[in-house]
Amino acid sequence: MNPELHLILCIATPLLGAGGILAAGQRPNLREAITLSTAVTLFALVLALNLHPEPYSPTARPFEIFPALTIAFSLEPLGLLFSVVSSGLWIVTSVYSIGYMRGNREKHQTRFYFFFAVSIAAAQGVALADNLFTLFIFYEALTLCTYPLVAHKGNDNALRGGRVYLGLLLTTSIGFLLVAMVWTWQLAGSLQFVEGGLLTGRLEGGTLLALLALYLFGIGKAALMPFHRWLPAAMVAPTPVSALLHAVAVVKAGVFTVLKVTVYIFGLDTLFQSNAAAVMMWVAAATLLLASVTALRKDNLKARLAYSTISQLSYVTLGAMLATSMGVVGGAYQIAAHALAKITLFFCAGAIYVAAHKSEVSQLDGLGRVMPFTFGAFFVASLSIIGIPPLAGSWSKWYLMLGAAESQHWAMIVVLIISSLLTIAYLMPVPLRGFFAGSGNDNQGFQWRNVREAPGTCVVPLCLTALACAVLFFLGDSLYRLILPIAGQQ
Amino acid sequence: MTTEHFPILQVVLPLLAAPVCLLIRHPRRCWWLAMTVSAATLVISVILISTVYASGPIVYHLGSWAAPWGIEYRIDRLNSLVLLIVSGIGSVVLLFAHGSLGFEVKRSRQYIFYTAWMLCLCGLLGMCATGDLFNIFVFLEISSLSMYLMIALGYEHRALNAVFSYLVMGTIGATFFLIGVGLLYALTGTLNLVDLSNRLEPIAGSPTVLTAFAFIILGIGIKAAVFPLHWWLPDAYRYAPNSATALLACTASKVAVYLIIRFVYDLFGPGFSFKSVQLTEVLLAAGVSATLLMSTVAVFQNDIKKMFAYSSVAQVGYMVIGISLASVAGVTAALLHMFNHAVIKSALFMALGTAFVRTGGFSIDQIQGMGRYMPWTMAALLVAGLSLVGVPLTAGFVSKWYLILAAIEHDYLWLAIIVVAGSLLTLAYVWRVIEAGYFKPIPNHIEQRREAGAGLLVPLWILVLANLYFGIDTSLTLGAAHGAARALLGIAQ
Repeated sequence: MNPELHLILCIATPLLGAGGILAAGQRPNLREAITLSTAVTLFALVLALNLHPEPYSPTARPFEIFPALTIAFSLEPLGLLFSVVSSGLWIVTSVYSIGYMRGNREKHQTRFYFFFAVSIAAAQGVALADNLFTLFIFYEALTLCTYPLVAHKGNDNALRGGRVYLGLLLTTSIGFLLVAMVWTWQLAGSLQFVEGGLLTGRLEGGTLLALLALYLFGIGKAALMPFHRWLPAAMVAPTPVSALLHAVAVVKAGVFTVLKVTVYIFGLDTLFQSNAAAVMMWVAAATLLLASVTALRKDNLKARLAYSTISQLSYVTLGAMLATSMGVVGGAYQIAAHALAKITLFFCAGAIYVAAHKSEVSQLDGLGRVMPFTFGAFFVASLSIIGIPPLAGSWSKWYLMLGAAESQHWAMIVVLIISSLLTIAYLMPVPLRGFFAGSGNDNQGFQWRNVREAPGTCVVPLCLTALACAVLFFLGDSLYRLILPIAGQQ
Repeated sequence: MTTEHFPILQVVLPLLAAPVCLLIRHPRRCWWLAMTVSAATLVISVILISTVYASGPIVYHLGSWAAPWGIEYRIDRLNSLVLLIVSGIGSVVLLFAHGSLGFEVKRSRQYIFYTAWMLCLCGLLGMCATGDLFNIFVFLEISSLSMYLMIALGYEHRALNAVFSYLVMGTIGATFFLIGVGLLYALTGTLNLVDLSNRLEPIAGSPTVLTAFAFIILGIGIKAAVFPLHWWLPDAYRYAPNSATALLACTASKVAVYLIIRFVYDLFGPGFSFKSVQLTEVLLAAGVSATLLMSTVAVFQNDIKKMFAYSSVAQVGYMVIGISLASVAGVTAALLHMFNHAVIKSALFMALGTAFVRTGGFSIDQIQGMGRYMPWTMAALLVAGLSLVGVPLTAGFVSKWYLILAAIEHDYLWLAIIVVAGSLLTLAYVWRVIEAGYFKPIPNHIEQRREAGAGLLVPLWILVLANLYFGIDTSLTLGAAHGAARALLGIAQ
């Protein structure tokens, strides 16, 4: 296939699917079949991107908006990684959402599937953007078309959550990111992603810090404190939305952008030699720890997972700010590893809600004994997030620590270790309560007598993603080799 | 007839059509006449702008009396763009007026509306095309008087109050302007803009010039609704018939902003305006307060038409900020926003006018759930609203981009932040409308729950699509704005 057409197709396929979903609105089975087949087609297309003989060359340029500001797509390793992760997990999420949405008899399902597909298209656009301007357009599109998903229920609570979500994400992106982009354009005359950094040699000292801060706080989807409130607010959304969008597509689009900006706009060398990166690294470290502590205090399972996400996202920002090749590799690895583990956790939270209508951690005593698969998957995914081999999360922690050692930020190693301990403290109680708590109490057994595992469409996807956490561990080397060329060596 | 008479023909055609409308009296025939004339002015504008780009400024001497004794019409890169805005968007809004006027103005009075419309068009085009200072005053009065008439035709009684305060403010503005013109004439003995500009240079330091400058800028500032001279605007916009509001918002205030640019950069020259008078500080303060205060006021309006009226004052603030920076990027941004805001605001007011057909009002409670029974109208509000915020791939984004760029070029990072803060406030009020339209239940009193007719939707969507088109292909707008800005600041093309 023509490589340019191939790139465009990766974005167009989910859009075409969205059109089909709208057309098949009255026939749920056909509609869901379209969702699933679109998801599978997209995944195949994205995987096939790797088959082009010169993998990172294809570029498609639909048009130029004004001089040196074009909409263009190209493929590079980080983008490929994000694209594969988001499109692959769309398949499992589709299966899961069919079970969840029908199980809960949600309204407006056509609108739900439509905007879901459009959001995936926007995520692909973010992944394949050839320059920062194109990325920004799809980044904003992703915010706007996930809003109907967040506010799906339409009640006051959902609308309030949606308002916080939209308000914070657009405030940061228009308020800071846009300004940072115009500034960059004024300095460099373009917004092209350049290997080694577009701004190399054009900035120093305080200005560099100001621009870097505008970028990192401007990329609100990376949820750096104090601009993280949108993430817990978005948890009013139905669980499949939280799972895919707020564990994979939306938040990963944020940290993916952070990595892109670090590597291609600033350049690792520039950041490594300046103090600006160190300042922002501490912001990331603070977010990481504070969010973990907050997660500890949340009894609502989804809120706890949301704060856990904020904390885990900061690992990526931290890795980028270490400004070493190992830091970037660790950050990229974290994108994939955390996506798999966190989507499993959200699936489990949703399955628990579908099966037992429980949403608080303190209500789960003994539930694991009647829902062994769900709680088992939760256990595996928690281990992966904590970073225990042989699960995927261990690699990202490993490379991040290597990166910290490489740049001699010893304090960061301590931060990472403390954070892992905190992760144990807030995630482990869930499977432990599920399996072991309340065993001596007959009332508990009675309470769960009528509860069985959630439907197969819910349980199978979450087992698959938990399994994938283990598989990804053994793919560690190929991922490393994919990312290393762009991270370079200091 | 040859093309050389086009500069005056554009002004004369609507002037001749006005009394004819008065004689015809039949609403539909009046509309046909007005529409034909309006389309003709659009064609002429397109020919003029392409001629200007091909072979430089067009100079036309009225009655072949050479300037500075005769009246000169002068079309250059700057006013050819404004002529295009006025005639182009004016035509689309007139197309809309045909469908919407029946819901607001009695049939027996509609011919007055079309007569006033033609006079207004004549005045606005004349103000742009002419190169004579007194001529500008004449056309200013023609357009203002006809505008008072159009607003007074609004269906609510409060339209009369609104028009009265506009009349008072407008007359003060026009008088100030005339005093300024008189002072300059007494000083130099000429009214031709080019001639006047040359003669002002050696005597720029004189207090009389300074006084004249102050009177002229204040007078036009009232017309342009530059903060804090905007008090007449919200009520006038609110109670005018919907098509008249769209015309006012997209053309009248834009022509006034054009005049400010013309006087500041061309007549008095940037050297005088920004070094001797320090206009930068004055305009910057006015622009920044307009953007922040008026957007904040707009957030708290429950009447959507009034909300958008306050928003217009805020948006004029953006243009004033661009003008105040005295750089190519700044003037480019001001001109771009002048064009883009005309496209955005007329689309928004027309969408409101379309919604009014079913909701019978403009309050935010009345449009609740409109997305369900009027999907096209609501989608138009959404797209034009996002364009007003400045979301990428819409027209509004392009002008915001250049405005931020201009601020950063001056090392005014705080100004860039204020510009985007204004955008966020815009988002806040636009989103109130979107949320009500899409996520709230339909109120019971809405009886006819169906989409409006094609006569309203087609002109509305022409402008909505223009919002998208000018956000993607900026060669026309950016090229014209940039070219005009360079010419004004004396930088070779």
